[in-house]
Amino acid sequence: MIVFEFLNNQILKMLWLSDLVKYFVVNVLGLDMSTRLGGSIHFFIYDVIKIFILLSVLIFTISYIQSYFPPERTKKILGRFNGISGNILGALLGTITPFCSCSSIPLFIGFTSAGLPIGVTFSFLISSPLVDLASVILLASIFNWKIAIAYVIVGVVLAVAGGSIISLLKLEKYVEPFVFGNKMADVAEEELTYKDRMEFALNQVKDIVKRVWKYILLGVGIGAAIHNWIPDSMISAVLGQDKWYSVLIATLVGVPMYADIFGTLPIAEALVYKGVGLGTALSFMMGVTALSLPSLIMLKQVVKTKLLVIFTSVVTAGIIIIGYTFNIFGYLFM
Amino acid sequence: MIIKILGSGCSKCNQLKENTEAALKEAGIEAEIVKVTDFKDIASYGVMQTPALVIDEKVVSFGKVLKPQDIVKLIKG
Repeated sequence: MIVFEFLNNQILKMLWLSDLVKYFVVNVLGLDMSTRLGGSIHFFIYDVIKIFILLSVLIFTISYIQSYFPPERTKKILGRFNGISGNILGALLGTITPFCSCSSIPLFIGFTSAGLPIGVTFSFLISSPLVDLASVILLASIFNWKIAIAYVIVGVVLAVAGGSIISLLKLEKYVEPFVFGNKMADVAEEELTYKDRMEFALNQVKDIVKRVWKYILLGVGIGAAIHNWIPDSMISAVLGQDKWYSVLIATLVGVPMYADIFGTLPIAEALVYKGVGLGTALSFMMGVTALSLPSLIMLKQVVKTKLLVIFTSVVTAGIIIIGYTFNIFGYLFM
Repeated sequence: MIIKILGSGCSKCNQLKENTEAALKEAGIEAEIVKVTDFKDIASYGVMQTPALVIDEKVVSFGKVLKPQDIVKLIKG
């Protein structure tokens, strides 16, 4: 237990880093930690460094594992399952399969052309941006493991429920016809060597850091502002735990936005620190990642409006329900 | 030779295009580069991961941003 605590505190939470930055802020910059300036500078430096370190290590490790699960393989695995187990597997594989979000539509087309049921592909599409191994570990770092695991579970449940609802409503007819029956490209499945995998993992780290560093700085900046500058009363008025509409606002603000999940984590962290309910903060995170205007615009090219609307509504409703649930039961996790 | 870059416009697709242009320059070969962003067209090539590289209607790579040297090999080979 003590070993776990130590590992958790030093490797995940990097308490040593927090102390180091504190030392820097107090002794080198000469700022008082209890002042707004000192506190927010500490938050900013500590969080930025921590997130980048964790990000690089995690993405490298996870990408290496992910190199064993290319979409072709996922497609073959999913093809063998029917019914709800297909949805569950689709949701689970969505969390580990690597791809940049711009591939989500070609993937959707590929899966559908291969004959995978629409519920399964949608479970995959929902869980992919929502739950991602690296961000789960980051969640554990910022909050704790109980919350991280709970987030994975509700994310998967949401994905399965969403996919199931879509298949139960028999919405296949709302998928654009060209999506079906495409033949697969005739490129042989590559046998990756150990060196290939290392190179892939390294490239993933470079790619992703290049893509998200702005969001991380922005997210940590906003988090620092919330943490130290925006008065509690303002935050509480809009997102306070006692406000019944806090989850709704958090979700509806998050849904149209596009940001990388790593950028939302410091914001969620700062919100919870300021007394916002855990559920409200998570709803914001899920809203930002699961849905966004750009991804919906892309989805519009492959499904008809009715299906798009149902999909968006189901996922949004699910996020709101999850938010309220975590707000009520959040004390169990903190 | 017609080279097509399949992708809906994220930075990876642009990088692949730049790398392809560099590869053509290095190999001293002239070719037309076409960016395909419409999903209907991308789907017709059976590609599940973008960006993808298509040379004379044959899909030679998908899901990664090839470095110019690798593209040169594909163009010549």
